[in-house]
Amino acid sequence: MDLSSIYTQLIMEHNRSGHNKRPLSNPDITERGHNPSCGDDITLQLKISDDIIEDASFEGVGCAISQASTSMMIDLIKGKSIGEALKLVETFIGMIKKEITNEEELEILEDSIVLQNISNMPARVKCAVLAWHTLKEALGQN
Amino acid sequence: MHKLNIDEIKKDFPILNQKINGNRLVYLDNGATTQKPIPVIEAIYNYNTKSHGNPHRGAHQLSIRATEEYDLAKERVRKFINAESIEEIIFTRNTTESINLIAYSYGKEFINEGDEIVLAISEHHSNILPWQRIAKEKKATLKYMYLNDDGRIPIEEVKEKITENTKIVSIAHMSNVLGTIHPIEEIIDYGHKMGAIVLIDGAQSTPHINVDVQKLDADFYVFSGHKMLAPMGIGVVYGKKEILESMPPFLMGGDMIEYVYEDHASFAPLPYKFEAGTQNVEGAVGLRAAIEYLEKIGMDNIERHELKLVEYALDKMLSIPYVNVQGPKDLDMRGGIISFTIDDVHPHDVSTILDSYGVAVRAGHHCAQPLMRYLNLPATSRVSFYLYNTKEDVDQFIEGLKNVRKWLGYGS
Repeated sequence: MDLSSIYTQLIMEHNRSGHNKRPLSNPDITERGHNPSCGDDITLQLKISDDIIEDASFEGVGCAISQASTSMMIDLIKGKSIGEALKLVETFIGMIKKEITNEEELEILEDSIVLQNISNMPARVKCAVLAWHTLKEALGQN
Repeated sequence: MHKLNIDEIKKDFPILNQKINGNRLVYLDNGATTQKPIPVIEAIYNYNTKSHGNPHRGAHQLSIRATEEYDLAKERVRKFINAESIEEIIFTRNTTESINLIAYSYGKEFINEGDEIVLAISEHHSNILPWQRIAKEKKATLKYMYLNDDGRIPIEEVKEKITENTKIVSIAHMSNVLGTIHPIEEIIDYGHKMGAIVLIDGAQSTPHINVDVQKLDADFYVFSGHKMLAPMGIGVVYGKKEILESMPPFLMGGDMIEYVYEDHASFAPLPYKFEAGTQNVEGAVGLRAAIEYLEKIGMDNIERHELKLVEYALDKMLSIPYVNVQGPKDLDMRGGIISFTIDDVHPHDVSTILDSYGVAVRAGHHCAQPLMRYLNLPATSRVSFYLYNTKEDVDQFIEGLKNVRKWLGYGS
């Protein structure tokens, strides 16, 4: 295992920056996601108007992978429609499960593609997918 | 007093002789499970190649041999913890099942509305959840003894929480998170004074220190084989004979009966009353071999060896400014477990990074969420030593530790 393929520059920046880590005022949706076995615990907040995710943020604690994955996801979904966001969730989880490997198909994930290597680390997969499952839950799709 | 010959001991553990991610494997997750020496693996092999049958059930040679092996293992466990008779030794799957057996059988029969069940806040979930269930069913009260800043239970706390209404006190001998050895002699003594019975969870202590259940005067003492060189799937309940005799069976089924009629039955004498169904004989055989291995080295020597490693590791860890050791920071009343956190880095990242240096450590809440909440921590990393660990192992761990923050982009 090459650690530098896991703890990449981009993941470290997202883990440390915290630019998406704040409470929203009057969020339309608040959803908590939790990995009981390791203690990653995030609360996702969304502001939605006319089917568009206008703003999103999170709070909580977790490892670098879960925190970076959440932050990247928030960057990605802001301004997207609910349908587009759900498509992103499906693509991301497909990538981590190694069900989607086609690069063109993965392109919509933008920076989040750096998390692809996590699919080779079974012990950390749930850290990477936590935020995305939480978003799916928040959008009422589970 | 003699030093352990670690080079010789290591030869007995082939699994340790391998590389992980290009580095020598350093196994420091012994609190979770331990590795098996060749004598244990061979004992199981020999049983399976020469003596396997269903015990207590047949007049044929293999059944007789399996019965002998099973009973020999039970006698070996009795001697190891100095119980008075094998009637007081019940085999289970593990500590969790052992505690459930007591909570269901003793708890359902003897705990009533208004009674108190007293635990420590540091308990493993397996010593909390069975009592939560009984407390709810019986409308009993669940009370916790809290720790001081050093991770210890002050005796005043014991005397405040255990009262004349306390029916049962259940506490770990050694905390699986902090390594603290609790003052169980005082707790047992005070519990008895208040008329309570006392269960000691010995999952983390039995593998590492001398345990004498009669000297302790424990009413119940439970532990697992797989944390003391034996296979997974074999555990033990020790219970005082008169208490076990007063308890109804836990599981009902084959082998635990005397006579069975269409609508009623009578049960086998101790200890078989509590052992329904075909038991894990090869697990028992492995446990016997594990105890023989440990006793050959000597429990006092093992304890001393681990404390030296703790002293060596604590000294190094406490000198690193961004490492925060949780629990006792001295050697008084503690065992070979150290929990810690690293500034700005989540324990799971610590574990992944140390793994790349070949060092296996545990990360998470260690099945002790109430303790984590009490300490106000989401999780910790944990190293736990055993007889095969060396100062060289500690050095490799510290070397990895010093690199953790760098990987996450922090200066040092």
